[in-house]
Amino acid sequence: MTATSPPAESAARQMSYAEALVLGLRRALESDDRVRLMGQYFVGLTEHRQLVADLRDDFPQRVWYPPISEIGYVGAGIGAAISGLRPIVDIATASFIFQAFSQVVNEAANVRYMTGGQTSVPAIFHVNHGIRGGGAAQHSHSPQAMIWNTPGLQIMLPSTPRDVYGLLRTALESEDPVFWADHVKLFDVTGPVMAQDWEAIPFGVADIKRAGVDVTIVATSYMVQRSLAAAELMAADGVSVEVIDPRTLVPLDLDAILASVHRTGRLVVVDECHRSCGVGSEISALVAEYAFDALKCPIRRVTALDVPIPFSPALEAFVEPSEAKICAAVRAAMGSV
Amino acid sequence: MSPRLRSSELVGQLRTMIRIRRFEEALIQLSESQDVGHFHVYVGQEATGVPALALLQPGDVAYSTHRNHGHLIARGVDPARMMAEILGKATGTNKGKGGTLHLASNEHGFPTTSSSVGGPLPIAVGSGYAFRELGLDRVSVCLFGDGALEEGAWHEAINIAAVWSLPVIFLCENNSLEALGQKANEYPSSTLAAQRLTDLVRPFKVPATAIDGADVRAVHREMGRAVRRARRGAGPTFIEAWTVRWAGSRPIWPQLVTGETDVAYAWDDTAIPPDHAEWFGRQDGLLRYVRDLLAAGRVTRADVVAIDREARAEMAAAVRFALDSPYPAPEEALEDMYA
Repeated sequence: MTATSPPAESAARQMSYAEALVLGLRRALESDDRVRLMGQYFVGLTEHRQLVADLRDDFPQRVWYPPISEIGYVGAGIGAAISGLRPIVDIATASFIFQAFSQVVNEAANVRYMTGGQTSVPAIFHVNHGIRGGGAAQHSHSPQAMIWNTPGLQIMLPSTPRDVYGLLRTALESEDPVFWADHVKLFDVTGPVMAQDWEAIPFGVADIKRAGVDVTIVATSYMVQRSLAAAELMAADGVSVEVIDPRTLVPLDLDAILASVHRTGRLVVVDECHRSCGVGSEISALVAEYAFDALKCPIRRVTALDVPIPFSPALEAFVEPSEAKICAAVRAAMGSV
Repeated sequence: MSPRLRSSELVGQLRTMIRIRRFEEALIQLSESQDVGHFHVYVGQEATGVPALALLQPGDVAYSTHRNHGHLIARGVDPARMMAEILGKATGTNKGKGGTLHLASNEHGFPTTSSSVGGPLPIAVGSGYAFRELGLDRVSVCLFGDGALEEGAWHEAINIAAVWSLPVIFLCENNSLEALGQKANEYPSSTLAAQRLTDLVRPFKVPATAIDGADVRAVHREMGRAVRRARRGAGPTFIEAWTVRWAGSRPIWPQLVTGETDVAYAWDDTAIPPDHAEWFGRQDGLLRYVRDLLAAGRVTRADVVAIDREARAEMAAAVRFALDSPYPAPEEALEDMYA
């Protein structure tokens, strides 16, 4: 585990997550002739979408807007990767990956293993995941836990502009398929990015987003941002929260998580997947299995509830893992409910 | 028979067809003495796969199905390693991790073989996309049965191949003729409302043709057109090859109900078992091809018998190799996950 410090402000540029994401795509296109973008909704239909349109203007032959055929173009991305391209396939809203699930989990994930190591699928599958506000049951999914239950796929869940920019380079250089999910609410998050270079952030190296001594929060994607906000609130109450961002689930930096739990003795896992068999379930199980003796109190999970995501703002707020719920879990861990 | 081919090529294809037949028979016989699980044989379709795949060049790819044995032998994969894979041995083509459903050999142009019906269709389209984008003069062939046309993946794949004019050949081996099971509209296929399978292609403006898959000359001609069309960048082609389901495939579990094929059936009708007179006398593409070559003077009966003897010996050796090969070490289950 390496705790990475933010780049020096002087050398870095402040930019939004969406800008960093699209800059990463631009660097990918510039640096490798084999790269093709298959899809156009990398930043969804947000105000940032013009950034992707600009990419297409600059690389008209290499940015492809496919038909509304998730099985077809995701499968085509797999075949393209097998035969020598480096496709970055955009499935847009994560809920749509279910149309293409047979291709992602039953084809791409299996090819290397099933062929006895003969054939590689260096493809990236990108989705916009999460509770976006009004997405209701069919535009709010976080399928990373289902993907995590599929051996053969790497899982990349950036939470900052810097991370999405650097992790993308590692994804591009990988010989194996990568599932890459951005949370829709991350696009406007700003932060420093070393934009003049394109330095890779390795997979399987967690980042301590905030150091603390009382409680460890493990969170991914947008839940990192929400946990940082909760940690700030808790600091005002005198509770020191450490926020660990694994950044990739496969490979997972379990050592970093266990080390933090050994320091604090308390774990809260924040996860936007549904509660049952979510990412939070697996991280909780791992910590219970390997660091049980270090725990001073039960592990607490803050997750989406086990119902389809409802439409009404009042209902959605009740179901999602909110800042208030994170703070409540931290207080419970401290025994101060 | 294809008059334009040299005798050596015609005889080479005959040899491959006989080798496939003997491989499948050897496997069925092996399954009678030990449990090798379920598998699907290519008996009765040799006259489609062999001449079709003979037109491919190194670098061209083909995506096969659960019924892949014949396709791999047609492109030169070692039957001994295939048989070992079917038995789950360490010496198998896929190191024992794929089995009969997933026999693959990347070096022979089978990058991965999917047993998910319809699954490989869009993947084959993707290879065609890569070949075009990389400026390669290569062809991607998708082999599938009529059942795959019931899948939505088919619609999405042909649409993308057509919209992008990709070098992809959709070769549908309709092996439902005379099969038990469902038919729609009295058309001998799986459960499709379409009157003809080629009707499913016409709206996409992709050339579509239906041929007798037991007619080597017709397969060679139509596949040759499709390959040339793909190589010159003119886009995809759809070929439906009608193949009669071999009697041993009824019901689903393959059995040698016809007995081993005797190549002498090609010139001695009296030797044909009366119960299978229609199959051996008229339908079997392999025997039809032997008769054509004999009639054209391209081979002699003695040539055929000699080729057959070699093929039997080769497959007997393949079975021995497979049986004698070790299973993978258990920990090997954890290998080949990531590069």
